[in-house]
Amino acid sequence: MHDLPQQLANGLILGALYGLVAIGYTMVYGIVQLINFAHGEIVMVGGFGALTAYLALPGGTTLWLALPLMLIAGILVSTLTAVAAERFAYRPLRNAPRLAPLITAIGLSIFLQQLVFSFYPDAKKARVFPKIPGDPFSLGSVTVQRSDLFLIIAAPLCMLALGWFVTRTRSGRAMQATSQDPDTAKLMGIDTDRIIVMAFAIGAAFAAVAAVAYGLRSGQVDFRMGFILGLKAFTAAVLGGIGNIYGAMLGGLALGLAEALATGYIQHLPGMHLFGGGAWKDVWAFVLLILVLLVRPQGLLGERVADRA
Amino acid sequence: MTALLEVEDLRVAYGKIEAVKGISFTVHQGEVTTLIGTNGAGKTTTLRTLSGLLRPTAGRITFDGQDLATVPAHKIVALGLAHSPEGRHIFPRMTIEENLLLGAFLRTDAAGIAADVERAYSLFPILGERRRQAAGTLSGGEQQMLAMGRALMSQPKLLMLDEPSMGLSPLMMQKIMSTIVELKASGTTILLVEQNAQAALSLSDRGYVMETGRVVLSGTGADLLHDESVRKAYLGED
Repeated sequence: MHDLPQQLANGLILGALYGLVAIGYTMVYGIVQLINFAHGEIVMVGGFGALTAYLALPGGTTLWLALPLMLIAGILVSTLTAVAAERFAYRPLRNAPRLAPLITAIGLSIFLQQLVFSFYPDAKKARVFPKIPGDPFSLGSVTVQRSDLFLIIAAPLCMLALGWFVTRTRSGRAMQATSQDPDTAKLMGIDTDRIIVMAFAIGAAFAAVAAVAYGLRSGQVDFRMGFILGLKAFTAAVLGGIGNIYGAMLGGLALGLAEALATGYIQHLPGMHLFGGGAWKDVWAFVLLILVLLVRPQGLLGERVADRA
Repeated sequence: MTALLEVEDLRVAYGKIEAVKGISFTVHQGEVTTLIGTNGAGKTTTLRTLSGLLRPTAGRITFDGQDLATVPAHKIVALGLAHSPEGRHIFPRMTIEENLLLGAFLRTDAAGIAADVERAYSLFPILGERRRQAAGTLSGGEQQMLAMGRALMSQPKLLMLDEPSMGLSPLMMQKIMSTIVELKASGTTILLVEQNAQAALSLSDRGYVMETGRVVLSGTGADLLHDESVRKAYLGED
C-alpha cells in the first residue's frame, strides 16, 4: 500500500473529471426530471470545438495562449448544441410520457456521434489533442502529470462559481425555485422556460471544460469519447444524489476514488487476483453504482422525497 | 365600485373532460369575493386558469382592463394578480425569508421589498421568528401563512387564496380568517376559494356557488349565508 497517496491523487483527479460532467446530468434532471443521455456527446462536441480552435491557430502558438481560446470555442459549441437540443428535441416533448424524451436523448446521442464521425475531418480515428508540455512533477510521494494541472485548477473554480451562482444570484434562486416546484415558480413571475435553457447551458459549459481536461489528459479526442465518460458521470450523479449539484461533485470524487483504489488494490485481496488492473475499472465503477442503489437509492446527498404531485 | 376582474363564460378542459363549463363572475375593487362549492366543482381549476397555469378553451378574462387569456403565467403576476395555491406549495428547501423574497421576484425596489418582508413578519410574527428556517419544516398552518405572505410580496391588486383553511386546526383557521379580514380592511381585493362556507361567506361581500363546473347561485355573502339551499348543501343544516 506504499503507493496509496498516488492512488488517492489519481482517484481525485479522475473524480473531478467525472464530477464536472455529472453537473450537466444533475442540473437538467433537477429542473425537468430528464436523464439527458446525450450529455456525453455534449462533452464530445465540446472537445472537437476546442480541437478546431487549436488547429485554427497558427503553429507554434503557446498552449497558455491557445488554452483559453480552445475553452471558449469548446464552451460555445457545447452550449449551442445543448440549447438547440433542448429547443428542438426536448421542449416539444415536455408534456409527453417520460419514455419519449429519454428515447429522444439516446437518438440524439447517436446522431451527434455520427455527425462528428461523418463530417469532422479524419474523425474516423482518434484526433490528436495537445498536451501541456513538460515533465510530470512531484509533490512529496505523489507524481502529477502537467496536463492534469488544468483539471486541478478548473474543477474547483467551476464548482465555486456554480455554488455562488445558485445561492447568491437572482437567476440562481429562480433555478432553485423551479427545481422545487415549477408551477409555483411561474406564479412568482419566473420564466421557467428560460431557467430550463439556462440549466442545459450551464451543464454544457461544464461539459466543455471537462472535454478540454479529458483531451489534455489523454492526448486525444474521438467521436465515442462521450459514451463511457457520460455513463460514468451519470453514475456519479446518481451516486451523489441526482438533482443535487454538490452531490454530483461528491459522487464524481467518490467514483474516481473507488475506481482508482479498486484498480490498484483489488487484485491483492485473497482470491481476487484476476480482477485487478485497468481492464476491470469500469466494472468496479458500476458495481459501486449497484451497491449504492441497493443501500441508499436516493444517493449520498439526495433526499428521500415523494414524487411531485 | 369598479370591477377589477371580469370573467365571462369561461370554459376550461383537461383533455376532453370539461372542468369549468362556462362560468361568469365579477370581482370588485376592495371587496372579498368567494367561490364555494364541493370538491370537483371547478374552483381550483378556475383560479389556476386566472393565473395562467391552465389555458381556457373559451371565454374571456379581463383583469384591470386587460385580456388575460393569452398572457403566459410568469407575466400575470406582474400585472398585479397573485395566487396562493391550494396545498400552499411553499418552496420547502428554501428558508422562510427566501420564500418571501421569491414572492417579490419581479420587483426591483430593494427598500420596498425589505419593508414588505417586515410587514409580512408583523402580520405573521411566527414567520419572523423562524426566518432562517427551511420552509418545509413549518407546520401546515405556518406554511399557509407563508404562502399568503409570499403572495402579498408582489403587492398585488388582487390576491387569490385557494383553500387557505384546508387541513388547519380551528385555532389556526381563525387566525387565517382574521388575517383575511385585516387584509380587506387595508384595502386588498381578495378572491377566496373555500370549503368552509360558513367562515368564508360571513367575511365576503359577494359569493358564487359552483357545482360541477357551473355557477348555480350568486349573491352577497349575507344573502348566501341565509339562503336555504346553501344552508342545506354547505352549512350542514337540514
